[in-house]
Amino acid sequence: MELLVHQILSGLATGGIYASVALALVMIYQATHLVNFAQGEMAMFATYLAWTLMQAGVPYWGAFFITVAAAFVVGVLLERIVIQPVENAPILSVVIVFIGLLVIFNSVAGWIYSYTIKPFPSPFPQNSFLDNKYLSSHDMGSALVTLVVLALVFVFFRYTPLGLAMRAAAQNPVSSRLVGVRVGWMLALGWGLASAIGAVAGIMVAPVVFLEPNMMGGILLYAFAGALLGGIDSPGGAVLGGFLVGVLENVVGVYLGTELKLTVALVIIVGVLVVRPSGLFGKVHVARV
Amino acid sequence: MNSMRAPSSAPALSSRQIAGIAVLLVAACVLPFVLGNYQVFQITLALAYAIALLGLNMLTGYNGQISLGHGAFYAIGAYTAAILMDKANFPYWATIPIAGFVCLVAGFLFGLPALRLEGLYLALATFALGVAMPQILKHKGLEEWTGSSMGVVIVKPDPPGWLPITLSQDQWLYFFTLAWTVLLFFAGWNILRGRVGRALVAIRDQPVAAQAMGVNTALYKSLTFGLSACYTGVAGALGAIAVQFVSPDSFNIFLSITLVVGVVVGGLASISGALYGALFIQFIPNIADQISKAAPWAIYGVFLIALMYVMPSGVAGAIRLARRRWFDKARVAAPEKAASPPGRDVQV
Amino acid sequence: MTTVNVPRRRWLGSSLALGASVIAAPVFAQGKATGKEIKLGQTMPYSGPASAYGTIGKVEQAYFKMINDQGGVNGHPINLVSLDDGYSPPKAVEQVRKLVEQDEVLALFQTLGTPSNSAIHKYVNGKKVPHLFVATGATKWNDPKNYPWTFGFNLSYQTEGEIYGHYLLKNKPNAKIAILYQNDDYGKDVLAGVKHVLTGDKARMIVKEATYEVTDPTVDSQILTLQSSGADTFINITTPKFAAQAIRKAFDSGWKPLHFVNNVGASVGSVLTPAGLDKSVGCITVQYYKDATDPQWKDDPAMLEWRAFMARYYRDGNVEDASNVYGYLAAQLMVQVLKQCGNDLSRDNIKKQAENIRNLKLPLLLPGIVLNTGPNDHAPVEQAQLSKFDGKKWSLFGEVLGGSAAK
Repeated sequence: MELLVHQILSGLATGGIYASVALALVMIYQATHLVNFAQGEMAMFATYLAWTLMQAGVPYWGAFFITVAAAFVVGVLLERIVIQPVENAPILSVVIVFIGLLVIFNSVAGWIYSYTIKPFPSPFPQNSFLDNKYLSSHDMGSALVTLVVLALVFVFFRYTPLGLAMRAAAQNPVSSRLVGVRVGWMLALGWGLASAIGAVAGIMVAPVVFLEPNMMGGILLYAFAGALLGGIDSPGGAVLGGFLVGVLENVVGVYLGTELKLTVALVIIVGVLVVRPSGLFGKVHVARV
Repeated sequence: MNSMRAPSSAPALSSRQIAGIAVLLVAACVLPFVLGNYQVFQITLALAYAIALLGLNMLTGYNGQISLGHGAFYAIGAYTAAILMDKANFPYWATIPIAGFVCLVAGFLFGLPALRLEGLYLALATFALGVAMPQILKHKGLEEWTGSSMGVVIVKPDPPGWLPITLSQDQWLYFFTLAWTVLLFFAGWNILRGRVGRALVAIRDQPVAAQAMGVNTALYKSLTFGLSACYTGVAGALGAIAVQFVSPDSFNIFLSITLVVGVVVGGLASISGALYGALFIQFIPNIADQISKAAPWAIYGVFLIALMYVMPSGVAGAIRLARRRWFDKARVAAPEKAASPPGRDVQV
Repeated sequence: MTTVNVPRRRWLGSSLALGASVIAAPVFAQGKATGKEIKLGQTMPYSGPASAYGTIGKVEQAYFKMINDQGGVNGHPINLVSLDDGYSPPKAVEQVRKLVEQDEVLALFQTLGTPSNSAIHKYVNGKKVPHLFVATGATKWNDPKNYPWTFGFNLSYQTEGEIYGHYLLKNKPNAKIAILYQNDDYGKDVLAGVKHVLTGDKARMIVKEATYEVTDPTVDSQILTLQSSGADTFINITTPKFAAQAIRKAFDSGWKPLHFVNNVGASVGSVLTPAGLDKSVGCITVQYYKDATDPQWKDDPAMLEWRAFMARYYRDGNVEDASNVYGYLAAQLMVQVLKQCGNDLSRDNIKKQAENIRNLKLPLLLPGIVLNTGPNDHAPVEQAQLSKFDGKKWSLFGEVLGGSAAK
């Protein structure tokens, strides 16, 4: 029993990692109706940028905010320069562009920073909260950060005119243009925000898994699964999905052994999707004939 | 080859196209005697990829069901061939149809629950399949057959004795693979240009209307999954025999992603696209490696992005556009044949 | 402090020639190496999941460049053609076929990865190409009867596992052992070594096993499972990133078992420092070469020579990465084989000389460890020594365990 509790809590810790990346995926989906497969690598690259700043002597929070801002700018630029030319291409062609970006970011990071793992500092105190052995301060702190970002995203989309404009631009670009929404810049903004959220996720993740060019690969997979499990058009759902995937993964590992952990976890997720094809909290789209 | 029911099936190949294909076939037969064994081996691999891509194209290009996990079917086909040859002493040529059949069933079974999933969610399900396959292959329970992480070594087949000329093993494998390629492409072309092809495209473009017109959407979608998996499985078997080795690491998620890249780069909903895509995924990484030793995959990524800018519909799409622009100018005066109505994508 | 010898026979005279020689330095540096080029080939995972090991290919190329600058081997320059196989067996087959059939390399050297080498094993022996010093510790490479052209290099994974098993039998026969291993060839090989020793009723000592995939973000969950089994001994068969995670988690969750870390995951710089030096105290491993980040070798002449080499020939390389010492050692062994060949650089003679290494003492090996090969022994490294981490460095203890002791 104690092991189960322990594993669930540990699962929440890794789930927090997945949830933060899932949030970035949801952001990009809300803005563009596309899932950016390069999100993980962009987050990793941003984390390396933070690392470089810290190596140069910039204190943690300074590096944090500079990196997030830089990631925002890079995201905007990427959309305007790299994605915009293929805006009207078939969806799969855009996916190929994402794959191209993924490979480029990964390869360049490996080239510049080599593949040796690097420790990455955590802003949270070393001692765990109330000295418990289950969750470190970092686990709880980063989960808190994820929830704060989630709240900000929620408020942004729900209550601000800009958020509304962004959702409109993604859902119906033609009508949005007629109403005066600058669709192109809405997309760019979406990319910038997703990139910034990704940077935050990367900075929170790196202390746990260690910084190296391939650190985001496995995480992106679970984040993707979590986001879809919760519903790709629901930020709260995606975050919950991320946590669920983390716990599910651990529990499966305990009871069914670690050799098929990945397989069983994925089978369960797909199974849930077959029953609820839009995810647990996603909106069911009814197409009128 | 010309269908008597001309109005209800897509036009047969024009004489120009038939001539082109004939030239291609002749060149393909001459190639192994001109190139060294190593290059013949590379082209054999490319041919296997072409079959796999045609299969994936049927599913994704013609039927609109995205699959990010086709590497799994490639793996199943490869392992089927390897296990049959290694454990059951099957001759290599008998393993190909069996691998195809196994994957046909596997694909169909996977397609059934996948019916409920659309777009992104189907992408995730197939992605999950592609990611999980290596772990499944490594499982202790299957170790006796799959050899687990150690993999299975396949003995290279010798050319048969009844050939009039002596061929090297590589040359024979090339012709063997070429024969399967021609056969499967011909079969695919026939399927796609007939009623089945039209049904698939209808399901892709207007699923509700198709259903209203009497197309059994569920059956077609599952069957397409099965057929697509069958093609990819055959490709896997052929590839495995050429490489002479299968292991779980040979079939990771990157293979699935490479297949998707090949299909899009070659051209969706296009049969010739499978060939272009296969050449791309087989040879471009080597070229990228030669351009930059430091970050070759960055070069590959740049290639991908540049290609999508220049040819968003893939190589086949670009060729189609070019053809329309240049050759059709000459046919402006000639009366329009009863060619494909607008919006029909079933073309070679 | 050794200085790198620069060939004296450079074109003297005008600054023009000097300028030209700076630009064309590699060509002129081989001025003394007038002999036929020795072409070696290898595949390395420069991309993909194992890309961390790509540095081995780079350090070896750098080493051969240094040798060439010093005049080559018996006057022959070495050209190492290193191709990327992305850790994918079909790609490895393709690249090795290119190396053998198109580039016509004299021998393969340090092709990396068990799956890649498994894929080319039969082909290379069929073509009678020396398949030298493969960069993997799988035991099957040492099989001269069936695969006479293949030679291993690393301390075999099974031998390593056996050493841990023997140590436990001798020093802690009532241990309750938990094992974490990577779910692939390498992980299973070390595990097989442990189980080879702990057989029969001793097998009951192993109370829990857990695996992980390289795609797993963390192994924290596995550590918790292993801890809850009540084990007091932990055999940690992981690669650097996961080794660091495991060490840290085992400490943080309050477990603190007798902790064996396998050689691959024992580097002070790339594993223990990120994990936390204080959390790694008491870890035991086997070593056969010196760890560059270990303070006890700070002033060791061989280490200083290696650092000078890195600073001059492989500045991009990470001096804290044990792979860069490992690759250097392998390259030295290769040069020794080539030296022994004299002027007969045929594949047959290379194979013969590779089978003729007698007590070769390379200074970066641990004291007491030598390399040996023979017609029935294609494994150069068969010795290792246990060492314990004291918070700052690895302290060797016990005696050098020869290959036979671990059998």
